[in-house]
Amino acid sequence: MNAATAGIARTRQILSTVPDPEIPVLSVLDLGIIRSIEETPDGGLRIEVSPTYSGCPATAMIEADIRTALQNAGFPSVQIVEVLSPPWTSEWISAEGHRKLRDYGISPPTAAATPVCPRCGSADTELISEFGSTPCKALHRCHACLEPFDRFKCI
Amino acid sequence: MSEAVAAGGAPARPAQLFDYLLRIADTSLVLAQRLGEWIGHAPAIEEDLGFANTALDLLGQARLLFAYAAEVEGRGRSEDDLAFLREEADYRNATLAELPNGDFGDTIVRQFLIDAYQIVLYGGLRKSRDARLAEIAAKALKETRYHLRYSSNWLVRLGDGTEESHARVQASLDRFWPHTAEFFDADDLDRAVTGAGIAPPVQDLRADWLRQIEPVLAEATLQRPPDAAHRWYGKQGRHSEHLGHLLADLQYLQRAHPGARW
Ligand SMILES: [Zn+2]
Repeated sequence: MNAATAGIARTRQILSTVPDPEIPVLSVLDLGIIRSIEETPDGGLRIEVSPTYSGCPATAMIEADIRTALQNAGFPSVQIVEVLSPPWTSEWISAEGHRKLRDYGISPPTAAATPVCPRCGSADTELISEFGSTPCKALHRCHACLEPFDRFKCI
Repeated sequence: MSEAVAAGGAPARPAQLFDYLLRIADTSLVLAQRLGEWIGHAPAIEEDLGFANTALDLLGQARLLFAYAAEVEGRGRSEDDLAFLREEADYRNATLAELPNGDFGDTIVRQFLIDAYQIVLYGGLRKSRDARLAEIAAKALKETRYHLRYSSNWLVRLGDGTEESHARVQASLDRFWPHTAEFFDADDLDRAVTGAGIAPPVQDLRADWLRQIEPVLAEATLQRPPDAAHRWYGKQGRHSEHLGHLLADLQYLQRAHPGARW
């Protein structure tokens, strides 16, 4: 491993500890919003980030958190570039992210018409509201255990 | 979406691109402000969240467009300056977006008509020769599909609901319908941006728009109103009496405390 790839591997490791402010069990890497990581000739980092929703209030906070984490780890010069195209999709959430969402009680975004209840595993569920407590979630209810739950929206 | 943007033609002047970006951005901003008025007043918490989340998406889209417009203008104005510190006649939103919320059904009908319009507009803009506008449109289109699904579901529930709810949303539809003519009535600016390959021809978007809304109207057992002459040109800065009141609310904080930060 040369010096450049070692720096990028370390950057990825640090990013894996930066939580999404709205669903803190997910890191920004799990969320799939990190589009590229590059080392610049002057020894800094250039990171491309895609917003999940254009109106997501957490976008500015995520960028600030990334910058802070990397600066604390000894990368003084961090350039964050917002990339819109191609637009972020929930399909970019990692398999690890799906597992973490389920453990946290949020049904991950899958193509299934009715999501599986993250509490009891039943597929006998219904949509209560297209919009939930944050822009990225919808509210469902499980007919088996009768509990309401959030589902990460497919977008 | 069948509309392709023109391949060649005269490039748009920066002032034309700026004005055109404001038309799209202002419609989203003004509609977001209207939806925000429902927060705490919607009939159920789910609808409070629905309107709030839709408003947030619209605001996010407006911000991307304002930031771009500010760069195109190149006079040092920020996205906040454009959103908060223009005079009423400088806003370029479609008139329908500024009309008062009325009852829940009125808001759903207005939303449905604009959601479907934004679907066909962003669908066309996705292929714009202006790369920045194309990527904003592609992003916005995904969110707008969600908005249209929400407003369509409610329109069907209300239209195909009780006699009372049916009569009320049909009346809303009749009242709002003439305002939709503005979307598809090309003026000089529309022709300029279409000729430059920046935007799809607005008059051609109407057929796609009707294809979006007619199946929903049928399921909602609502009658499509007859087309009528219209006399509203919000997109040219000639607004109804309602926009001034909305802007008083929208701009109050920035006018009273210039440069205020949270
Ligand atoms: Zn369950």
